[in-house]
Amino acid sequence: MAVALIFEQQTIPTDKQGYLLDHLLWHEDLAKLMAENDEFELTDAHWEVINFVRSFYLKYNTSPAIRALTKAMKAEFGAEKASSRYLYKLFPEGPAKQATKYAGLPKPARCI
Amino acid sequence: MTMIDTQVCSNVEDGNGLAIINSKAPFSSAYGKDALDIALIFGSFEQKVSLFFQGDGVYQLIDNQDGSLLSIKDYLKTFAAFEFYDIEDIYVCHQSLANRELDESFHIEGVNVLQSIEFSEALNQHAHILRF
Repeated sequence: MAVALIFEQQTIPTDKQGYLLDHLLWHEDLAKLMAENDEFELTDAHWEVINFVRSFYLKYNTSPAIRALTKAMKAEFGAEKASSRYLYKLFPEGPAKQATKYAGLPKPARCI
Repeated sequence: MTMIDTQVCSNVEDGNGLAIINSKAPFSSAYGKDALDIALIFGSFEQKVSLFFQGDGVYQLIDNQDGSLLSIKDYLKTFAAFEFYDIEDIYVCHQSLANRELDESFHIEGVNVLQSIEFSEALNQHAHILRF
Protein backbone atom coordinates (compact mmCIF):
# COMPACT_ATOMS: atom_id res chain seq x y z
CA MET A 1 0.00 0.00 0.00
CA ALA A 2 1.24 3.48 -0.81
CA VAL A 3 2.13 5.51 2.23
CA ALA A 4 2.92 9.20 2.01
CA LEU A 5 6.15 9.25 3.93
CA ILE A 6 6.45 12.39 6.02
CA PHE A 7 9.68 12.67 7.95
CA GLU A 8 10.77 15.76 9.88
CA GLN A 9 8.17 17.89 8.06
CA GLN A 10 9.41 16.71 4.68
CA THR A 11 7.64 14.47 2.22
CA ILE A 12 10.01 11.71 1.14
CA PRO A 13 9.19 10.45 -2.36
CA THR A 14 8.59 6.72 -2.59
CA ASP A 15 7.26 4.34 -5.21
CA LYS A 16 3.84 2.81 -4.71
CA GLN A 17 5.26 -0.05 -2.68
CA GLY A 18 6.97 2.35 -0.33
CA TYR A 19 10.56 2.06 -1.57
CA LEU A 20 12.52 5.33 -1.49
CA LEU A 21 13.10 6.91 -4.88
CA ASP A 22 16.35 8.47 -3.71
CA HIS A 23 18.43 6.25 -1.43
CA LEU A 24 20.51 9.26 -0.35
CA LEU A 25 17.52 10.55 1.63
CA TRP A 26 17.72 7.47 3.85
CA HIS A 27 18.22 7.81 7.57
CA GLU A 28 18.00 5.28 10.41
CA ASP A 29 15.02 7.06 11.91
CA LEU A 30 13.35 7.05 8.52
CA ALA A 31 13.74 3.26 8.40
CA LYS A 32 12.10 3.04 11.82
CA LEU A 33 9.19 5.12 10.56
CA MET A 34 8.80 2.96 7.45
CA ALA A 35 8.76 -0.17 9.61
CA GLU A 36 6.25 1.40 11.98
CA ASN A 37 3.95 2.19 9.05
CA ASP A 38 4.17 -1.47 8.05
CA GLU A 39 3.61 -2.56 11.68
CA PHE A 40 6.91 -4.37 11.47
CA GLU A 41 9.29 -4.52 14.40
CA LEU A 42 13.01 -4.04 13.77
CA THR A 43 15.31 -5.88 16.16
CA ASP A 44 19.13 -5.79 16.27
CA ALA A 45 19.15 -8.88 14.05
CA HIS A 46 17.07 -7.01 11.46
CA TRP A 47 19.39 -4.02 11.64
CA GLU A 48 22.39 -6.23 11.01
CA VAL A 49 20.84 -7.35 7.73
CA ILE A 50 19.56 -3.87 6.79
CA ASN A 51 22.98 -2.30 7.32
CA PHE A 52 24.63 -5.15 5.45
CA VAL A 53 22.31 -4.80 2.46
CA ARG A 54 22.87 -1.06 2.41
CA SER A 55 26.64 -1.37 2.42
CA PHE A 56 26.38 -4.03 -0.31
CA TYR A 57 24.43 -1.57 -2.44
CA LEU A 58 26.84 1.31 -1.81
CA LYS A 59 29.78 -0.88 -2.74
CA TYR A 60 28.37 -2.77 -5.74
CA ASN A 61 25.63 -0.42 -6.97
CA THR A 62 23.00 -3.17 -6.92
CA SER A 63 20.56 -4.60 -4.39
CA PRO A 64 21.44 -8.24 -3.76
CA ALA A 65 18.82 -10.88 -4.53
CA ILE A 66 18.43 -13.60 -1.91
CA ARG A 67 21.10 -15.99 -3.17
CA ALA A 68 23.76 -13.32 -3.53
CA LEU A 69 22.73 -11.93 -0.15
CA THR A 70 23.23 -15.24 1.65
CA LYS A 71 26.59 -15.82 -0.05
CA ALA A 72 27.80 -12.35 0.85
CA MET A 73 26.53 -12.63 4.43
CA LYS A 74 28.30 -15.95 4.82
CA ALA A 75 31.60 -14.25 4.09
CA GLU A 76 30.82 -11.54 6.66
CA PHE A 77 28.95 -13.25 9.51
CA GLY A 78 29.56 -16.98 9.04
CA ALA A 79 27.26 -19.78 7.93
CA GLU A 80 24.82 -19.57 10.84
CA LYS A 81 23.36 -16.22 9.76
CA ALA A 82 23.73 -16.87 6.08
CA SER A 83 20.93 -19.34 5.47
CA SER A 84 17.81 -18.28 3.64
CA ARG A 85 15.90 -19.91 6.49
CA TYR A 86 17.41 -17.50 9.02
CA LEU A 87 16.72 -14.55 6.74
CA TYR A 88 13.12 -15.58 6.01
CA LYS A 89 12.49 -15.88 9.75
CA LEU A 90 13.53 -12.25 10.14
CA PHE A 91 11.81 -11.04 6.99
CA PRO A 92 8.87 -13.34 6.23
CA GLU A 93 7.84 -11.42 3.11
CA GLY A 94 11.23 -12.01 1.53
CA PRO A 95 14.55 -10.84 2.97
CA ALA A 96 15.85 -9.19 -0.18
CA LYS A 97 12.55 -7.36 -0.69
CA GLN A 98 11.99 -6.23 2.90
CA ALA A 99 15.56 -5.48 3.96
CA THR A 100 16.19 -3.34 0.88
CA LYS A 101 13.03 -1.39 1.61
CA TYR A 102 14.09 -0.43 5.13
CA ALA A 103 17.62 0.17 3.89
CA GLY A 104 16.18 2.83 1.58
CA LEU A 105 17.22 1.01 -1.59
CA PRO A 106 15.37 0.24 -4.81
CA LYS A 107 13.49 -3.05 -4.84
CA PRO A 108 15.80 -5.71 -6.31
CA ALA A 109 14.93 -6.33 -9.96
CA ARG A 110 15.77 -10.00 -9.64
CA CYS A 111 13.32 -10.54 -6.91
CA ILE A 112 13.64 -13.80 -5.06
CA MET B 1 15.65 -4.01 -22.84
CA THR B 2 17.75 -3.52 -25.97
CA MET B 3 17.58 -6.78 -27.81
CA ILE B 4 18.07 -5.49 -31.34
CA ASP B 5 21.24 -6.89 -32.83
CA THR B 6 21.47 -9.44 -30.09
CA GLN B 7 22.17 -12.78 -31.67
CA VAL B 8 21.39 -16.10 -30.11
CA CYS B 9 23.45 -19.03 -31.30
CA SER B 10 23.08 -22.63 -30.30
CA ASN B 11 26.15 -24.80 -30.25
CA VAL B 12 26.69 -28.29 -28.96
CA GLU B 13 23.66 -29.82 -27.29
CA ASP B 14 25.22 -30.58 -23.93
CA GLY B 15 27.71 -27.72 -23.80
CA ASN B 16 28.68 -25.83 -20.72
CA GLY B 17 25.92 -23.33 -19.95
CA LEU B 18 25.53 -19.83 -21.30
CA ALA B 19 28.20 -17.56 -22.75
CA ILE B 20 27.57 -13.82 -22.90
CA ILE B 21 29.72 -11.82 -25.30
CA ASN B 22 30.19 -8.15 -24.51
CA SER B 23 31.28 -6.25 -27.59
CA LYS B 24 30.19 -2.69 -26.83
CA ALA B 25 31.79 0.11 -24.81
CA PRO B 26 30.18 0.56 -21.38
CA PHE B 27 28.24 3.82 -21.23
CA SER B 28 27.26 4.75 -24.77
CA SER B 29 24.37 2.29 -24.94
CA ALA B 30 22.38 -0.05 -22.71
CA TYR B 31 23.98 -3.25 -24.05
CA GLY B 32 26.50 -3.70 -21.25
CA LYS B 33 23.92 -3.14 -18.52
CA ASP B 34 21.48 -5.56 -20.20
CA ALA B 35 24.21 -8.20 -20.48
CA LEU B 36 25.02 -7.75 -16.80
CA ASP B 37 21.37 -8.11 -15.78
CA ILE B 38 21.09 -11.39 -17.66
CA ALA B 39 24.33 -12.67 -16.13
CA LEU B 40 23.09 -11.85 -12.61
CA ILE B 41 19.72 -13.49 -13.21
CA PHE B 42 21.43 -16.68 -14.41
CA GLY B 43 23.74 -16.53 -11.40
CA SER B 44 20.80 -16.05 -9.02
CA PHE B 45 19.21 -19.23 -10.36
CA GLU B 46 22.46 -21.21 -10.15
CA GLN B 47 22.77 -21.45 -13.90
CA LYS B 48 26.28 -21.54 -15.26
CA VAL B 49 27.27 -18.39 -17.12
CA SER B 50 30.59 -17.21 -18.58
CA LEU B 51 31.43 -13.70 -19.69
CA PHE B 52 33.43 -12.84 -22.78
CA PHE B 53 34.76 -9.39 -23.62
CA GLN B 54 35.92 -8.53 -27.11
CA GLY B 55 36.06 -5.51 -29.43
CA ASP B 56 35.01 -2.32 -27.64
CA GLY B 57 33.51 -4.56 -24.95
CA VAL B 58 36.98 -4.74 -23.36
CA TYR B 59 36.48 -1.16 -22.17
CA GLN B 60 33.98 -2.53 -19.65
CA LEU B 61 36.87 -4.12 -17.76
CA ILE B 62 39.23 -1.16 -17.74
CA ASP B 63 40.03 0.42 -14.40
CA ASN B 64 39.19 3.91 -13.15
CA GLN B 65 35.95 4.70 -14.92
CA ASP B 66 32.96 6.37 -13.36
CA GLY B 67 29.66 6.28 -15.19
CA SER B 68 28.06 8.52 -12.59
CA LEU B 69 29.98 11.46 -14.11
CA LEU B 70 27.62 11.02 -17.06
CA SER B 71 24.62 10.81 -14.72
CA ILE B 72 24.39 7.12 -15.54
CA LYS B 73 24.27 4.40 -12.92
CA ASP B 74 27.79 2.98 -12.81
CA TYR B 75 26.94 -0.68 -13.39
CA LEU B 76 30.63 -1.59 -13.68
CA LYS B 77 30.84 -1.43 -9.87
CA THR B 78 28.57 -4.47 -9.80
CA PHE B 79 31.25 -6.59 -11.54
CA ALA B 80 33.07 -6.83 -8.20
CA ALA B 81 30.06 -8.75 -6.81
CA PHE B 82 30.34 -11.58 -9.38
CA GLU B 83 31.66 -13.99 -6.76
CA PHE B 84 28.30 -13.82 -4.95
CA TYR B 85 26.57 -14.89 -8.16
CA ASP B 86 29.05 -17.70 -8.88
CA ILE B 87 30.26 -15.98 -12.02
CA GLU B 88 33.87 -17.08 -12.22
CA ASP B 89 34.63 -17.59 -15.88
CA ILE B 90 35.57 -14.23 -17.34
CA TYR B 91 37.54 -14.02 -20.56
CA VAL B 92 38.95 -11.09 -22.48
CA CYS B 93 40.38 -11.10 -25.99
CA HIS B 94 44.06 -10.19 -26.02
CA GLN B 95 43.95 -8.92 -29.59
CA SER B 96 41.11 -6.51 -28.76
CA LEU B 97 43.17 -5.06 -25.89
CA ALA B 98 46.27 -4.77 -28.10
CA ASN B 99 44.34 -3.05 -30.92
CA ARG B 100 43.20 -0.40 -28.45
CA GLU B 101 46.62 -0.12 -26.78
CA LEU B 102 45.08 -1.09 -23.43
CA ASP B 103 47.11 -2.89 -20.81
CA GLU B 104 45.77 -5.58 -18.52
CA SER B 105 44.79 -3.42 -15.57
CA PHE B 106 41.22 -4.49 -14.90
CA HIS B 107 38.90 -3.27 -12.17
CA ILE B 108 38.08 -6.84 -11.11
CA GLU B 109 40.21 -9.87 -10.38
CA GLY B 110 40.11 -13.26 -12.04
CA VAL B 111 39.98 -12.06 -15.64
CA ASN B 112 41.55 -14.50 -18.12
CA VAL B 113 43.29 -12.89 -21.07
CA LEU B 114 43.15 -15.24 -24.06
CA GLN B 115 44.66 -15.24 -27.53
CA SER B 116 42.09 -15.19 -30.33
CA ILE B 117 42.18 -18.94 -30.93
CA GLU B 118 41.83 -19.81 -27.24
CA PHE B 119 39.10 -17.21 -26.95
CA SER B 120 37.00 -18.83 -29.66
CA GLU B 121 37.75 -22.30 -28.28
CA ALA B 122 36.51 -21.24 -24.84
CA LEU B 123 33.41 -19.76 -26.47
CA ASN B 124 32.76 -22.99 -28.33
CA GLN B 125 32.48 -24.89 -25.05
CA HIS B 126 29.09 -23.30 -24.42
CA ALA B 127 25.67 -24.55 -25.42
CA HIS B 128 24.25 -21.07 -25.91
CA ILE B 129 25.74 -17.72 -26.78
CA LEU B 130 24.19 -14.29 -26.35
CA ARG B 131 25.95 -11.40 -28.03
CA PHE B 132 25.62 -7.82 -26.81
